[in-house]
Amino acid sequence: MTTHMFNSRFDRRTLLKGAAALGAFQVTSPFIIAARGETPIRMGMVDPLTGVYAAPAGNEVMGAKLAVARINAQGGILGRQVELLVEDSANDVGTGVQKARKLIERDQVNFIIGDVNSGIAAAIAQVTAEKKILHIVSGGHTDSITGKDCKWNVFRVCNTTRMEANSVSNVLFNKYGKKWHFITPDYAFGHTLYDACTDDLKKLGGTVTGNELTPLGTTDFSAYLIKARAANPDVMILLVQGSDMINCLKQVVQFGLDKQIHVAGTQQELESLAALPPEARIGVWMFEWYWKQPGVPGVEKFVADIRKVNNGNVPTARHWFGYTSAMTFALVANQEKTTDAVKLATALENFELPDDVKLQPNKVYYRKGDHQLMTSAFIGEAQSKGKDDPEDLYRVDEVVPGDKTAPAVSETGCKVQWPS
Amino acid sequence: MSAEQSRKLIVLVAIWSALLFAPYWMAPLGGYTALATRVLVLGLAAMSLNFLLGFTGVLSFGHAAWFGLGAYGAGLSLKYLALSTPLAVLCGILLGGLCGAILGLLIVRRRGVYFAMVTIAFGQVFYYIAFQWSSLTGGDDGLRGFARQPIDLGFFKLDILTNANVFYYFVLFCFALAIGAMGYILRSPFGRTMIAIRENERRARFLGIPIERHIWIAFSLSCFFMGFAGALYALVNNFADPRGLHYSQSGDFVMMAVMGGMRSFWGPLLGATVFVVLQDYLSSVTVNWMSFVGLLFVLVVLFFPRGLLGFFRRSKA
Amino acid sequence: MMTQLLLFNVTNGLIIGAFYVLMALGLSLILNLSNVINFAHGGFLVIGGYIAYALAPYVGFWGALLLAPPLTAIIGLAVERVLIRPLYGRDPLYSLLLTFGLAFMIEDGTRFIFGPQGKPFAIPPFLAQPLSNDLFFITGYRLFMVAVVVIAIALLFLLLRYTRLGIRIRAGTLDLETVAALGINVRMLRSLNFAVGIFLAGLSGVLAAGQLGLEPTMGTGLLMPSFIAIIVGGIGSLPGTLAGGLLIGVASGVTAVFFPAASEAVIYVLMAVILLARPRGLFGEEGMLT
Repeated sequence: MTTHMFNSRFDRRTLLKGAAALGAFQVTSPFIIAARGETPIRMGMVDPLTGVYAAPAGNEVMGAKLAVARINAQGGILGRQVELLVEDSANDVGTGVQKARKLIERDQVNFIIGDVNSGIAAAIAQVTAEKKILHIVSGGHTDSITGKDCKWNVFRVCNTTRMEANSVSNVLFNKYGKKWHFITPDYAFGHTLYDACTDDLKKLGGTVTGNELTPLGTTDFSAYLIKARAANPDVMILLVQGSDMINCLKQVVQFGLDKQIHVAGTQQELESLAALPPEARIGVWMFEWYWKQPGVPGVEKFVADIRKVNNGNVPTARHWFGYTSAMTFALVANQEKTTDAVKLATALENFELPDDVKLQPNKVYYRKGDHQLMTSAFIGEAQSKGKDDPEDLYRVDEVVPGDKTAPAVSETGCKVQWPS
Repeated sequence: MSAEQSRKLIVLVAIWSALLFAPYWMAPLGGYTALATRVLVLGLAAMSLNFLLGFTGVLSFGHAAWFGLGAYGAGLSLKYLALSTPLAVLCGILLGGLCGAILGLLIVRRRGVYFAMVTIAFGQVFYYIAFQWSSLTGGDDGLRGFARQPIDLGFFKLDILTNANVFYYFVLFCFALAIGAMGYILRSPFGRTMIAIRENERRARFLGIPIERHIWIAFSLSCFFMGFAGALYALVNNFADPRGLHYSQSGDFVMMAVMGGMRSFWGPLLGATVFVVLQDYLSSVTVNWMSFVGLLFVLVVLFFPRGLLGFFRRSKA
Repeated sequence: MMTQLLLFNVTNGLIIGAFYVLMALGLSLILNLSNVINFAHGGFLVIGGYIAYALAPYVGFWGALLLAPPLTAIIGLAVERVLIRPLYGRDPLYSLLLTFGLAFMIEDGTRFIFGPQGKPFAIPPFLAQPLSNDLFFITGYRLFMVAVVVIAIALLFLLLRYTRLGIRIRAGTLDLETVAALGINVRMLRSLNFAVGIFLAGLSGVLAAGQLGLEPTMGTGLLMPSFIAIIVGGIGSLPGTLAGGLLIGVASGVTAVFFPAASEAVIYVLMAVILLARPRGLFGEEGMLT
């Protein structure tokens, strides 16, 4: 029980503490940039590579890496090679913001991509706007990013919840009926998706039999499914995502509910379908991109290239998000012959993506008013396994262009303010 | 001045020089100012926890709750009350501190694992409130739409919003205030009593010291300091989110305190430095940084239980 | 209608609670004898699940169920020998921190070996049927889980009551010093006790894999409820842990009916209430862990 606090040997303590601190910093390798003519163009990417979103995040990074490899093979950006610096936001806002600052302040990146987690994406957007860096949100879905929180330097590739709901509502109403029961994840994404769906449903003349708000990370949906069944709807709309979707669908099938009520939803991902047992791969959904598009230019090569780096597995929408984000920078920078963020952002408004980037049949472009990519919705049905390919877990019925699913700019609440 | 006092002075001078010149010596080593700012804020949080853990001997494993509340306090103030950074910091301190003080009244009778688990329970309840009350807190998306405001001192303006260095010195100033207060308290008779309680609670009780009251005061003070750290964190990120309240965040703070040395004043800052810098560096280099950080935890507990400072001290003995 | 809903959810809560009990018992065993707070218990659940996943293609579901828990227990033995043994006699804080770090390593290691993508785990088809149309939420697999838990508890009870190892564990929980003085090898006792606890975690992992599929982060959500079950039931009392697990399962299930947003928070509130009103828990003894 000694009281060594302030009265120990301080000379060594000083030395050792200083050495320890210095040593810790020595470990961080200094950025040695060869003072030759050409410094590379740097793209920074912040994504949650650890934590619950690790799988989609990893796929986005893979897609971006493929894009950078292709860009460099074609001569880079403005004749300079491109480097992709990837940082892990660990699904934590503080870390994400810090990594964004690190990429911008220390590593001097020209562009930023990220984050899968909408909250982190929005927080990083504040940093990139402050630092005047062009920022593409690859996979964060919350509407406000191209809505009331839109910024001049921020563009988004993946769909908004409004687009997702609008794409699939008509199909579900006509196919299944007017009484809908919702299983909604209890956070912002879920709420906005629910609002979007119910707005559509009301316009079509349907009714909401109930809404079960499920906490994020719920593993047992019995209580909610019991209530849903009791409400006797025509169709159960599952808005949950990720592990929640997997558990919910599994239990729906285990309980035999799919034999009594139709099952459908909005956003569905190949990652989730792959993690489900085959008998649980059911329902009508929308995908944001799908790999099996016979006859569509560029798709086959993309799938083949991703297969090479993905253990033979096909790309998912997430791969395409990362790929498109990185390619966008290269395309617009090479077109405008500059890396100035304001000029590029201006050029990106109404910028149309070429065949080998958009990888889908319709016209795909960044809309001027809200900087949202008008990307198509792939409506279809899950299938337990493909006829020709074990990874063909989804049958695409219709590909609806983005500008048909997206609400008008005036409805998004976005007013882009340019720096003076 | 005695030899020991001059040693103390040298140490303090060394530490403060390192802190004052951080933006300048970090850059050539591959650091960046925002990293130093983050180290300071998390270091303050770890030191606030250590105020309770190391000096009173009471473990709170839900202390991040006050940290998170401090962040929300600052954020809500900037968003809804007034565009003033000092007010935001004050609101953060008060929210974190008052909630801690009030709840502290309930729990001071418990000790050890029970105390720790109750603090986890409270922390998680706040976490769920922050998560669910999304109209106020933004829920899972977090509290956004506010930013630290430049401070108008009359004759000049401190642009802490866009200038990373200026912001760093602002945070350093706040840090200095906080730990100055902490040091003062620890050196006071109250502080001595806390240590007596840590060393032998029963004996202290026999000496007539009102144990529960002292623990409550120590707990509350550490919550106010935590709230301060949390408010600063909100300013660093321009963001507040529920994860700052989660017990895993508390675990990080406890680890920083233990890693640096629980029984020393500056130990937690060293622990925070190592933790933050290592995590920052490792997560850029490998996606498996979690294994390394976990390994570090394990090694520290096995071989450096008194923390890095404790190890250095003991090996000199 | 409401009573039926309530009844369903209480039943459902008991089923969930049974699962919590399995996890919590293992945790409790380790805590009671060795004063070790095993924050890596969820990690061992993950290890058990993934071992089952790796074995299933060769030995099927039943083979995996039989082999994965003992294999996990062997890993547990190794961990105890190398990492936990040095911590005996020290403040439980250290075991908490070390196992906290260990949990990181396990999660990351699993992600490294198997990838972050979730994996399905096939259960025998005859188990995947619900009992009846009305009781659709009681699937065969859930009943199977409850059956496994009941068998495990029974075996544990038999072990503790009638075998030498069990008697020594119980004695050691009450007074380890005397047990040592009686010439019993306390080191081995601790190791075996730890192994039994980890066996239960591994078993939980296999069951969870069948219910939820496999994912590196699946252990973390199940850890806290296990601790809460122990605290609510009372540290030091295994029947208490049993009661605690069922209680929090039911509490969570019932809350999900009226106030789903709070269904997770309610178990923390319950723990806080118990700790403040009756810290030794429902069945615990005074002063087990001051």
